[in-house]
Amino acid sequence: MSIRFSFGGDEHIFGEVSEAMSLDSFFTGLSMTNAVKAAGIKGVTEICPANASFQIRFNPDLIKPQDLLKELQSMEAAASKSDSVLKTRIIELPVYFQDPWTHETCMRFRERHQDPSSTDLEYSARINGYATVEEFIAAYSGQPWFVSMVGFVAGLPWLYQMVERKKQIEAPKYLRPRTDTPKLTIGHGGCFAAIYSVRGAGGYQMYGVTPAPIYDPTRKVRYLTDEMCLFKPGDIVKFKAIDRDAYDTTLEAIDANTWQPTVREATFSLTEFNKDIYGTNAKLMELINGR
Amino acid sequence: MAVKVISPGLSTSVQDLGRPGYYHLGIPEGGGMDRFATRIANILVGNDPGLAVLEVTFMGPELEFTEAATVAITGGELPPKVNGEERPTWESFPVKAGDRLSFGYLKAGARAYIAISGGIDVPVVLGSRTTYVLGALGGFEGRVLKAGDELPIGAASGQSGKSLPANLRRPQIIPAELRMLPGIYWHRITEAAGKRFFDDTWKVAPEADRIGYRFKGGTPLEFVEREQPFGAGSDPSNIVDACYPYGSIQVPSGTEPIVLHRDAVSGGGYMMLGVVISADMDLIAQLQPHTPAKFVPVTLDEALTARADNAKLMARAEEYLAG
Repeated sequence: MSIRFSFGGDEHIFGEVSEAMSLDSFFTGLSMTNAVKAAGIKGVTEICPANASFQIRFNPDLIKPQDLLKELQSMEAAASKSDSVLKTRIIELPVYFQDPWTHETCMRFRERHQDPSSTDLEYSARINGYATVEEFIAAYSGQPWFVSMVGFVAGLPWLYQMVERKKQIEAPKYLRPRTDTPKLTIGHGGCFAAIYSVRGAGGYQMYGVTPAPIYDPTRKVRYLTDEMCLFKPGDIVKFKAIDRDAYDTTLEAIDANTWQPTVREATFSLTEFNKDIYGTNAKLMELINGR
Repeated sequence: MAVKVISPGLSTSVQDLGRPGYYHLGIPEGGGMDRFATRIANILVGNDPGLAVLEVTFMGPELEFTEAATVAITGGELPPKVNGEERPTWESFPVKAGDRLSFGYLKAGARAYIAISGGIDVPVVLGSRTTYVLGALGGFEGRVLKAGDELPIGAASGQSGKSLPANLRRPQIIPAELRMLPGIYWHRITEAAGKRFFDDTWKVAPEADRIGYRFKGGTPLEFVEREQPFGAGSDPSNIVDACYPYGSIQVPSGTEPIVLHRDAVSGGGYMMLGVVISADMDLIAQLQPHTPAKFVPVTLDEALTARADNAKLMARAEEYLAG
C-alpha cells in the first residue's frame, strides 16, 4: 500500500492512504500525521488526520513544497510498518435513540429521503438486514466506534464502528441535504456515524440524540473547560442507549454542570484487534463497565 | 471608546487575519476574506495589520462613534458617508464623538472592510478575534452584528489623510480568472469533462458566503467509471470523507462547483478537482452573485510565482504607506 500524494494548491499536501475505508488505512494516516507533528517541520501550519487520508497545510515561503513532499515520503515506510499501538481513551456517551426531536425533523424532510414512507431508523434497519429497529439499535450501541476524523464543523466526530466489514452498517445520505438537524444528533452516512456538534444543515440519516455537549465555545461545561471539543481522532466511543427518563435526568445534571461522561485510559493494538475483534472490544468495554 | 451599531447591514462581522492551527478540530482559520484589504485598512488608520476590523457584505451598516477616531474603508467600492457626507475609500479620515458612519450602494466588489484606530477590541479566542459564526466562536458574541450592539474599540489615535492609490492595488477583472492547480481527485473525471470545465464560463450562484462560493452555468462533469470504494457512498462524486483544503473545488453530484473559502467546512465526502491558488483567494471575496468567472489551470511553479507577485504588491503598498 503506498500513499498517493497530491498538492492542494500552493499551501496543502493531500495524502490518500487508500480509496476505501479501513481501520488499517486510518492507522497509517494517523501514524503519518503523528510523525509529522513529532518532526516539528518548519513551515507546517496545520496537520489534519482523516478517515483514510490526511492533509498537511504549509507556508511555501518557509518550506519548498517539493522539499516537504520528499520529507513526507521519507516517513511513509515507517508509518505503514508501525505496530499500531495507540495510547488512547474510551468514552461512554449516552444516546437517546428514537427521540422525538430527530423524529420530528425526519418527518419534516421526508420528501428529501430515499424512502419517504419509513423513518430513517426503519429504513436503515431494513437495508442493513435487521428485522426490527430495536435490533438495529442494539447493533449500533453494542460495539464501540473509533473517532476516525474530526471536522466539517467545530468538534464534529466521524465514527467508524469496530466490527468486521460485513457487519459494518451502511446507509446513503439523504437525496438532498436537510436545512436543519437538531444539535447533538447521532447521524449516519456511508459507513460513518457522526455527532452533529451544532444545529444546522445535514444529510446523514438521523437515529437519536445525546444529552452531552461535545463542543462548547464558552468553555463552561465542566469537561470542556480545557479543550472546547470533546473528541480527538483515535478516541474510542461506546454509545449507551438510554430512555427518556435517563435523558431528562442527565440533561438536568448537565444544566447544573455536575455531569461528565465516563472516560478511561486505554491502549489499543491494531494487530490484536485484527486477531480477535470482539475479545478486544470486550476488554475495552470492561474498562467502562468494571468500575 | 465604543461604536454603536444603529443598523447592521446585510452580514457584518468582526474579522482579523485569522485563527490558524485548529482546522484538525473543524475550526477554520477564518479572517477577512480579502486579506489585502483587511491589512491595508488597518495600516491606513495606523493599526497593526492584524487588529480586528469589520467585514461588510454587499450592504453597509450604520455606526455611531462615542469618541473621536480615525477610520478607513477598503475592499469593494462601498462609498462611506459621515453624517451623510461622502468620504473616500482606501483613505483614512477622522470622525468625532457622535458622528454617524453610513454607506451608499455598493459600486464594485462584494466586501468592504472598516478599520477603526485601535481596532475592534473583542476578546481574543484561540489566538484571534475572528468570528466563526457556524461555531458561535470569537468575534462579537460569536455572531454577525445586530442593531443595538456596542463594539469596544482599543485605545489609539491614528492619523487621517493616508491613502493607497489604485495603481498599488490589484484591479478587479471580469470575467474573473481563478487560477487553480488541478489535483487531489482530478483523475475521477474524464479528459473531455476536464477540458470543458476550463472552457466553460461559470457564474457565481446566490449561495456565496464565507464558507464557500458556488458556481453554476457550466457543463455537468462526466466521471470515470468505477465501483465505488467501501465507505465512500454511492454517488460517483462521493469519496471516503476527507479533509478539504482552503480554496478546494468540490463538485457535489458533478453539477455545481463550490470553492471553499476562509470559513470552510474542514472535510466531507465530495471529490475535489483541485485547489484555487493562494494568490487568487482575495479575488473570490470580491465576486458578487451572477459575476462570470473562469477557472484557469496552472502549475505549482506558476502558483508560487503568482504568490510571490502578490507578496510584492503587498510589500510595495506597505512601503508606500510607511513613507
